[in-house]
This record gives sequence, C-alpha cells and structure tokens, in this order.
Amino acid sequence: MENKYKKLRNFHQAKWDEEIIFELHNPGEKGLVVGQVEKGISDTIGSGIESIPESMVRTEKPKLPEVGQMRVLKHFLRLSQQNLGADFNIDIGQGTCTIKYNPKINESFVRTPKIADMHPLQPEETAQGTLKILYEMEKIFKEISGLDRFSFQPSSGSHAILNMASIVRKYHEVRGEGDQRDEIITTIFSHPSDAAAAAVLGFKIITIYQEEDGLPSPEALKNAVSERTAALFITNPEDTGIFNQYIKQFTKIVHDAGGLCGYDQANANGILGITRAKEAGFDMCFFNLHKTFSGPHGSGGPAAGAIGVTKKLEDFLAVPVVGKNDKGYFLNYNLKHTIGKTRLFYGAIPVIVRAYAWIRSLGTEGLEEVARIAVLNNNYLLSKITKIKGAASPYTAGKHRIEQVRYTWDQLYQETGVGTHDVTLRMADFGFHLWSSHHPFIVPEPFTIEPTEAYSKEELDEYIEGLQRVSDEAYSNPEIVKTAPHRSVVHKIDHSVSDDPEKWAITWRSYLKKHNPSN
Amino acid sequence: MKDKNYVHPYIPNSVPEVKAEMLKQIGVESIEELYSDIPEDLRYRKKMNIPEALPSELSLKQHMDKILSENKSVRDYTSFLGGGVADHFVPAICDEINGRSEFLTAYAGEAYEDQGRFQALYEYQSLMGELLDFDVVNVPTYDWSQATSTSVRMAQRITKRDEILVSELIAPDRLSAIYNYCRSAMSIKIVKHDRETGLLDLNDLKSKLNPNIAGIYFENPSYVGIIESQAQKISDLIHDAGGICVVGTDPIGLGVLKPPSQYGADIACGDIQTLGNHLHYGGCLGGFISSRDEEKYVMEYPSRLFGITKTAVEGEWGFDDVAYDRTSFGVREKGKEFIGTANALYGITSAVYLSLLGPDGIKDLGQHLIQKSLYAKKILGNIKGISIKFSSTSFKEFTVDFSNSGLSVEEINAKLLDRGIFGGHNLGAGIDWLKNCALYCFTEMTSKDQIDQLGVALSEILDK
Repeated sequence: MENKYKKLRNFHQAKWDEEIIFELHNPGEKGLVVGQVEKGISDTIGSGIESIPESMVRTEKPKLPEVGQMRVLKHFLRLSQQNLGADFNIDIGQGTCTIKYNPKINESFVRTPKIADMHPLQPEETAQGTLKILYEMEKIFKEISGLDRFSFQPSSGSHAILNMASIVRKYHEVRGEGDQRDEIITTIFSHPSDAAAAAVLGFKIITIYQEEDGLPSPEALKNAVSERTAALFITNPEDTGIFNQYIKQFTKIVHDAGGLCGYDQANANGILGITRAKEAGFDMCFFNLHKTFSGPHGSGGPAAGAIGVTKKLEDFLAVPVVGKNDKGYFLNYNLKHTIGKTRLFYGAIPVIVRAYAWIRSLGTEGLEEVARIAVLNNNYLLSKITKIKGAASPYTAGKHRIEQVRYTWDQLYQETGVGTHDVTLRMADFGFHLWSSHHPFIVPEPFTIEPTEAYSKEELDEYIEGLQRVSDEAYSNPEIVKTAPHRSVVHKIDHSVSDDPEKWAITWRSYLKKHNPSN
Repeated sequence: MKDKNYVHPYIPNSVPEVKAEMLKQIGVESIEELYSDIPEDLRYRKKMNIPEALPSELSLKQHMDKILSENKSVRDYTSFLGGGVADHFVPAICDEINGRSEFLTAYAGEAYEDQGRFQALYEYQSLMGELLDFDVVNVPTYDWSQATSTSVRMAQRITKRDEILVSELIAPDRLSAIYNYCRSAMSIKIVKHDRETGLLDLNDLKSKLNPNIAGIYFENPSYVGIIESQAQKISDLIHDAGGICVVGTDPIGLGVLKPPSQYGADIACGDIQTLGNHLHYGGCLGGFISSRDEEKYVMEYPSRLFGITKTAVEGEWGFDDVAYDRTSFGVREKGKEFIGTANALYGITSAVYLSLLGPDGIKDLGQHLIQKSLYAKKILGNIKGISIKFSSTSFKEFTVDFSNSGLSVEEINAKLLDRGIFGGHNLGAGIDWLKNCALYCFTEMTSKDQIDQLGVALSEILDK
C-alpha cells in the first residue's frame, strides 16, 4: 500500500485542543499596560471621565477576558498552527481563487512605517511614494487589459462588480435610460457576485446557462437582450476553465442592444498578455489583486480589485483617481459623472503595493510566463486527474482548458456513495485543501482545481496522488473517507445547530446563554 | 527573461526539461497549442509595455525602497489627523500574529484544516460582542461605509420600509458611499444638527418621522468628535415610529462610553482599524456590524457568521457557518446583498488586540484618550483666533474653528507642515457650513509635548 503512494506524506496537522480565549480568563492577569497620560495632563484635567454626560458613561466594564501576554501570544500562535496557509500546503484545491506564492520580500515593504503608518488625510506632497505606485499601477493595467483608465479602490472582486454595476446605472441615467435599462445578464459559471452585487443596486438578473459544450450560446444571449438590457457581466475564462470563444459576439450582441459589457477577469491568471478585455470588446473589466497578482489572501481578506474602463466611461469611476502634474502626483476628484465614493479613502493600499512589487519582479515576459505555466500546469493535471477512477471533467472532452478545471466526482458518488464533500475532508488528512465549488452545483459532485504557476511538478504529482488515494479508498474502504478527517485539527463537525436560531451561537456570550448547563 | 531558459524564482516549472515532460504527458508540442480555443482575432500578439523586470530580489528591494522613501509617515511628522481612522498604538503581538504564514496566506479552507481561522474569527466576533454588548457580530466587511450601507439595507429588509434618515454629521465620503449603495432601493433624508451644541436636532428629527421610515443612522461620537448625549431619546423616537436605530461608533471608546446597544440601538456598526490595525494610508479598514441575536436580524446579514458547535469527538470545539443559505454564495442574487473576500485578517488582528487589552486596558485607554483631547482643547481654546466649535463634550477629537483668525485651514496647515506637523483635517472641504473648521484628533500616540508644541506653533502662525 505505502509504495503505491510514495509521494504522500505521513501527515498530521497540529492539534492543540486549544481553549476558547474566554476560557483562559484569570482575573487580574494583564496582556498589556496602557500608559497613563503625563502628570501635567492629569493635574490639569483630572480623570476626564466626569466630562462625559452621565447618560453616556459605561458603568459595567466589557467582559473581555483577562489573560497574561505570553498566554495570549501562545493562544493565537496555536490557532495559527491549526490553519493551513499556502506557504505550507500545495494550495491548488481552491479553484477560481488563484492561490499562489506571496513573496516574503513584498511583505517587508508593506510592514515598514513608510507604508503602514501613513494617514489617508495627510498632504498629498507627503504621500508621493504611494501615489506613484497607484499611478504606475494604472499604466501597467492599461497594458494588461487594453482599457483606458483604472481605479484600485474596489475592496474585493465582488466590490469591483458593485463598482461596475454603479457605473452601468449612472451611465444609463446620464443618457436618460436609467429607468428603462434595469436588467443585467450574466452566466451561471460566472462568480455568484456577478449576479448578487448587481442585484443590490436594483438590477433584475438574467442568468444564461451553458449548452452542451459548457458555454453559453450567442443565441441564448440574443434571446436575453432587449431594450431593458443595462449590461452583461461575464467571467471569462468561466469557472469551468473553458475560454468562451464567442466572447466577441457576446459583446457585440449586447452593444447592439444598447447595453454595456463588464469583463470579470477573476480568472485571468492564464491569459495575461495572451488575450485582453479590449480586443474582446469590453467597456469595463476588473482584476483581483489578491489573487492573480499575488496579494496573500489573509484568511479571507483584505482584498483589492482593479477596475478598468474605456474612455467613454472614465468620468464615471469612483473618486479619486490619481493624476500627475508638474508638482507631482495628486488625487483627482474632478470626474464629471463619478459614481462618488464606494469605499473610504483610496483602496486597500497594502494589497496594491504587494501586487505592484510582484508585477515589477516579473515584467512583461514574466507575466506571460506566469500565464503559460499556469495553463501548462492545469492541463497537466487535467490529463492525470481524468485518469483517476471516479473523476471526470465535464464538457469539451479532449479539449484543453485555461487556468482551472471544474471536475466532477459524479461517477465516484454513483459507484461508491462517496461524494465531493467526503473527498474534501479526506484530503485534509494528507495536508491538502480541496474545495467543492460555488453553488449551485450544475456540475454534480464538483471540485475545482487551479494550480497557478507557483507549484512545482513534484508538488502537483503529490496532490494527484492524494486524489488517487482517496479514490482508491472510496472503492475499497469508503468508510474511512466518509468518517474523515482523521488527522486534521478536529473531527466531523455537528452542523445541526447552525441553522437553528435556538441553538446557533455566534458569540461566546450567546453560547453561554444557550448551551451552558450551569445557566 | 530574454534567455529562453531563464527561470524566475516564482515559476518553478519553467525549467525546460520539466516543461518538456509535462507537455509530453499532455500530448501537445507546445504551450501555444493549449490556447487553441482562443480565436486568433482575440489573441494579443504584441508585447505589453510593462517596466523592465526586476527578478533579483535585491534590485526589487532597492527599487521599492527608493519609491517608499518619497513617503512621509506619521512617525516622520507629528499628526493630529483623525476622521474615522487614527494613529493608535499597535502592540507587537498583533503584527506577529497577522504576519504568520498560516493566517496570512490561507484563504477559504474548511473548518477542519483551517480550524484556526474559524476559531480566531469566532473569538473576534465574541470579543467585539462583549465590547458592543451585543450577541451577534459579523466577520468584518470592507470598511465602516460598507458596514453602514449594509446596516441600512438590513433595516430596510427588516422593516420593509424604504426611507432612511441619516445624520448630517457623518463623514462626507461615507455619506457618498451609502448614497451609491442604497439610492436605487431607498430614499435618504438628512437630519440636521444643532449649530451651537453639535447634537442632533430633535425637532428636525421629529418633523421627518413618518410611517415609511426604516430607521435612522447617526454616529456617536459623531464625525466631528461630539458625544451624542440624546442618543436614548433618538432611539425612542425612532422606535415609536416603528423604525430601527443604527448607530456608528469608534469601538476604541467603548471602555468608557456606553455602547450603542445600551441606549437603544438595534444595529451598531463601525470600523476596527483603531483596534490594533495600522493606518496604511486608509488601506487597512474593517467594517463591523452587530446586533441582538434575533432571527429576523441574523437572517438579514450578508456576511459570514461563524458559530460554535461540537464535533464527533466529545469535548472538541468545532466551528461552522451560521445560516449559510442566506448568503449569495449559497443562492446568488437571491441571497442577502453579496459576499466574497472581506477583511478577515484585520478581524483576527483585532481579536488579538482586545485579548491583550482586556476589560481594564480598554477602559484605561478610553480614559487616556479623553484626557488627552480635553487637555488639547484647553491649550488650543486659549489661543487667539481659535474657538472650539460646538459646546458639547467630545471624545478623542474635536472641531477647531479658525474663522476669526483671518487664515484659511489650508493656509494654517501649510504653515504647520513647514513645522513638521500634520494639522487637523479641513472639515470645510466636505461640509459647507464648517468652512474654516478643522478636526483635530489626539491619541495615546500624541504626547503632552506634542500638544504643547502644536499650541506654540498655532499661536505663532495666528499671531501675525
């Protein structure tokens, strides 16, 4: 048995059985001393508390735990060990999320006071370094996309979609068609936020489903457009990893109907320098700096979106954009049709700075190589994973994919009763993370793999071996898969409380109220 | 990269032999073949014009250091800037934890192999819950403006009413973001503040109450620094009208100031930058939303909410998404607003911060801040040409009125800059009736000497 899986590790994740921070409470312990004000101040002012209107004084201290400093450190370090980061694992199992190497040198840049300790309202002349990076980033992204103007204010990919939808709304309002154009069209293999973030602004969402080849058809789009069409928001390559070859027809159909086209480039890692939003006819696009451009994912953020528009939409961007004149770089609030502010200040600066450094390390040829190797790695995996019993890649059999593939364990499930969720949990036993996919599960029992350019062939082989082993187990000993994980941090989680208002406990105080037997 | 065999340190499989082996496995001659589905008219055959690569880590560092040297930080200058974000002390352990590879480079693992982030964020929610005296707190969203915008939309969905009252003394940028986010679905009415006290004008509020109001949004302390002493009255008026009271607050004050839950707020929101996170030129924000544990509230959150549960093994804590099917991850546009990558790392950092401070630390800090600003108020209030705007008590920042000085805020700030000082933010730039006013902020990072020096500098500048 062991020989067959010689690349697999005899892994066991750290498991500290760590308490909840409140359980570490020991009255009188201190994690930090807050210094007192200088004597000259207290002599003049007194305690200051009496100046607060009585009705506004907090009378009971918040019930935060009292824990000594080393124990607080140890607590969170232990929790960190109970978390797999991309720095540790072969993080290719979260397809659509482009988890790649986050160079440590870039981390050092954003942790200097010259980036970390800058107040957003300080004079522009004292922030020339940061403004220069924003300005240079715009030039770079104009090249990557072919579009004319960029803003880095969106706080994530979903937020970039909200920005696109805000521009769509304002654009049609300015043209007097605001009330009429109230529909946004998207596809089922575009990210859920392409539908959801647009719906927040009141747009009615029309979702086009895929045909047999996995792609939405131009005919379906023609049937969907009308004088009510405000825009098309579409991911390409779609989350299946298939490049939509009809994309130029799509933008033409929508333009002919009077709508705008927004390109969700969340899956751009395999097409940098290969194909661009401009040539495909888009009016807007966005990229995820925390994904394709190597900002670390931060356990779920911070993130940053780069939103680009063509000339006709440049006055609609959120303010400010960065300009340059003879005095240097400046924040330009003077955009005629601006949608206004969509976040405070100027964007997730640390994410943007890391992305800038990553791009500068690679240059033009390097970015192209990122794309090519990401595609090479993906198709290598495709050729191997489809040979694993129980796994398959629906649509376009025998064809290539771009940077990721949405696979299915449908056969495995039919034959063994082991489904995608079981497999994901068993993979954790070998030090891997595997994710199913976004809902709804159009592809049955789905999983999505996106290897990026960052992992070596050896590592990809190790991951494949993990999938192979779990498949083998499903056929020989399904119980071991269904009861997994066995060597991760915790065992099978009880989901029964999570949808029950009487039982869910979103804070420790809520847990004590609902579940503590001593209550 | 001109050399065909060049291998960048971030791209291991560029090694020619490896590449060849992988191509063979796939059954193609070249990587180019793998792009055959992209129509030729969409292929970009030119070269992107991106500045030359700096593959040497040393060259990259030299390049970045040169750019960053053009920045001046609040360590280089004495800063009195606030307005929603402020220079507070960041304990060393906060940076230690948020720099850990395990947290920094993780993303969306399951509650098994990523149990750590689930627990850390659950603890974040729990610690904030104590500070806010509320039972539900979200995984942080983008920033205060997003937290407010969502809180307002939650109020709309809960009440099924479409009009929101908003205090005029909130950050203009936040108002703009709320407007963008809510205007298609709601009407937004501004409520005035008393020009003398700075408190919300209750008569104006009463005149705007009607059966269609979803609620009110105001901030306490307000954008201009004032503690809203009528907060309970405001909540009562809103509740009597069938609306929901949403209050924005800077959580760092809640060791000494009542949390919104204790004066009638139904939803509290704000930003966690002040709790252990650096400034990052406004790029390090995190929006919290918090409420009572009522199903009709919980089901309206768009955010992830982590709950505590059991596992198959006795005594083991497990964590799980609460009511996942309300999110857009579950049901796309039929979900509550939308969700995607948010600001988890800053939430974890704030959990560390609150664990370190404990109940006494957060109280001591609140007192420290109010003492500092009271002292500064005294120093600045005695300078000729300056008056302190608004008679009400303020917290860590207050509004300075230069109308009688003969100089504009821009002129004064330019002269302060010459003396190595970032003067208070020009409020008149965003709020017309606060022309010639600046918002000065004082934190535990501000020393008495710096306040005294500010006093001297302003006296000199105004005594022309």
